[in-house]
Amino acid sequence: MGLLTHNMLSSNIRGVVNGFPLRIEAVKVVEKNVEMNTDFLKNMFEKIDWKAFVEASISMGYTELPKEADSSLLDSDDFLNRFHHALLELHLEEGALVCPETRRRFPVSKGIPHMLLHEDEV
Amino acid sequence: MWYLCVFFHRLLDYRKPEVESLAKLFGAFDDNQNDDVHPQLQWKLPLHHHPDSPFHLVNLPSEEIARNIANRSILVKGMYELWGEGGSYEELKDSILSYPDERKLPYLESNSTFRITVDTFGKVISLQEHKELIQGFTYIPFKGKVNLRKPEHNFWLIEIDNCEGNNGLPPVEQKRIFFGREVGAADRKLLPTYELKSRTYLGPTAMDAEIAFLMANQALATPGKLVYDPFVGTGSILVAAAHFGAMTMGADIDIRVVRDGRGPDRNVWSNFKQYGLEMPVGLLRADNNLPPWRPGLKEVFDAIICDPPYGVRAGGRKSGGRKLLKGAVEPYIVPDDKRTDHIPSTAPYSLVECVHDLLDLAAKMLVLGGRLVFFYPVLREEESPHNHFPEHPCFKLISSSEQILSSRYCRVLLTMVKIGPYTEEISLAARMQHLEFRENHVKWLEDGNLHSAVFSPVDAQLKETGDYKIKDSTKKYRGKYV
Ligand SMILES: C[S@@+](CC[C@H](N)C(=O)[O-])C[C@H]1O[C@@H](n2cnc3c(N)ncnc32)[C@H](O)[C@@H]1O
Repeated sequence: MGLLTHNMLSSNIRGVVNGFPLRIEAVKVVEKNVEMNTDFLKNMFEKIDWKAFVEASISMGYTELPKEADSSLLDSDDFLNRFHHALLELHLEEGALVCPETRRRFPVSKGIPHMLLHEDEV
Repeated sequence: MWYLCVFFHRLLDYRKPEVESLAKLFGAFDDNQNDDVHPQLQWKLPLHHHPDSPFHLVNLPSEEIARNIANRSILVKGMYELWGEGGSYEELKDSILSYPDERKLPYLESNSTFRITVDTFGKVISLQEHKELIQGFTYIPFKGKVNLRKPEHNFWLIEIDNCEGNNGLPPVEQKRIFFGREVGAADRKLLPTYELKSRTYLGPTAMDAEIAFLMANQALATPGKLVYDPFVGTGSILVAAAHFGAMTMGADIDIRVVRDGRGPDRNVWSNFKQYGLEMPVGLLRADNNLPPWRPGLKEVFDAIICDPPYGVRAGGRKSGGRKLLKGAVEPYIVPDDKRTDHIPSTAPYSLVECVHDLLDLAAKMLVLGGRLVFFYPVLREEESPHNHFPEHPCFKLISSSEQILSSRYCRVLLTMVKIGPYTEEISLAARMQHLEFRENHVKWLEDGNLHSAVFSPVDAQLKETGDYKIKDSTKKYRGKYV
């Protein structure tokens, strides 16, 4: 699971109000090479919740993102490189995503988060 | 400028929508003045031709656009700049001679290479006749060198005879001859490369490579875009989108399908790796009936492409057991020590509900102008099935392409464009509908789920008999791949 996916997910358990962002419990983080596409990054920049993104990258061991970012940064190659790396190249292979409200753990195994709910959570 | 567009005689309903979509992708409508949400190309048929004929004329703004469309298409056999046409070889000659020299001479120069191909429809000609036809072109001043293998300029002589063609179309009343310069053609070599047989990981409902490419074209998949499949299965639809350079994301309710596959290097990831394609940016296990997206997230996907679980082969499931949804049992409280490995029980997912969820997801998560491309099953006995396609205030249906699967049912590939924002009002209505489905779940299962109930048995029958017979005798040439 990459951080783009993480930034889109929340705990949708019935009754939960603040299911976002899910806290990352990293057991195994891997890096994958992804070719950079600036258009894609620009597209995604507007959709990202930046604060949650920075926190998530820190919990994956990457600390090179600015705390705050606005679209003027998209002209900087250095920024784009970091954004690209954090958004698409860092992957949580094993671990869990934890609901901030109920502490329910959504396991991540072989890179795939299990977002299915239990019977009593639907 | 008008181009002759010759199609393969396959998947007839998919041909024009593919060209229309690629025209959009390559900017044919960029100077669309009146803000038409769905501008369309102008098409003409050659004299006396049936709409299902392989021969069409299409008006495109430039040769570059014509070339881009043809080269990326799957169903365009060739796109040609017409130099002349006629009902006889004399007429053809006059027509070619009157075509402006400044359009012809640049392709006839002495330092170029060329080839003339003769293509006859409706009759077979001998090598001798073939040679004579080519030698008949002495009135065109070809100065270049012939190169049969890799010519710079490909000229085509296309003769359509007035006898009944072997593809079963009604006979054209008059012989017609075309001469043109090829500007582009589909790269069908893609198909053997991507054929399902060669996949490291295959499932019973994996999407045929040709159809998957057509879906990716309908979705305008291209670099810089994000394409989502909520019923990703083995990933075969996303593979096609990734081939065209799009970033992909997929979800499936079945963990065995989406994570385990058939072992290491035989899973969804390996289906991308095998072709050197960019891996999906995300794969997850999720239920499309209860999507896990954070509140407020919207307009992230450029396209959603899928083959939803309709009870045809792979039946849909959704979270919450059947009895539970019916209200007959109290929810089973999963003991804490069992939670991690617990496999949540799932309930059957009806067609109506599945489509409702898909449209709601797409209405919220697609960018404006983004596309929803999905299969929808139709019973062939139904009167004018076209009235039954799902509708949504955020979407405009721009094409429906039928693929006949048996004498009893077909599936229709629907392409919808998002034309309006996902408003508070629409969101509320969708929420109400969602709850109503929950309440009426069993009822829907029994009478609202007509389609999957009817389709499942057909599938078994289909495998046994290979029965693609069609009742409508006027179109006996239609079949699974036509
Ligand atoms: C027709 S198959 C699609 C196959 C896919 N196109 C492929 O290439 O393998 C439908 C898929 O939807 C999944 N599915 C069924 N119900 C679902 C649900 N409620 N949410 C998400 N996926 C579901 C099934 O596990 C199955 O893999």
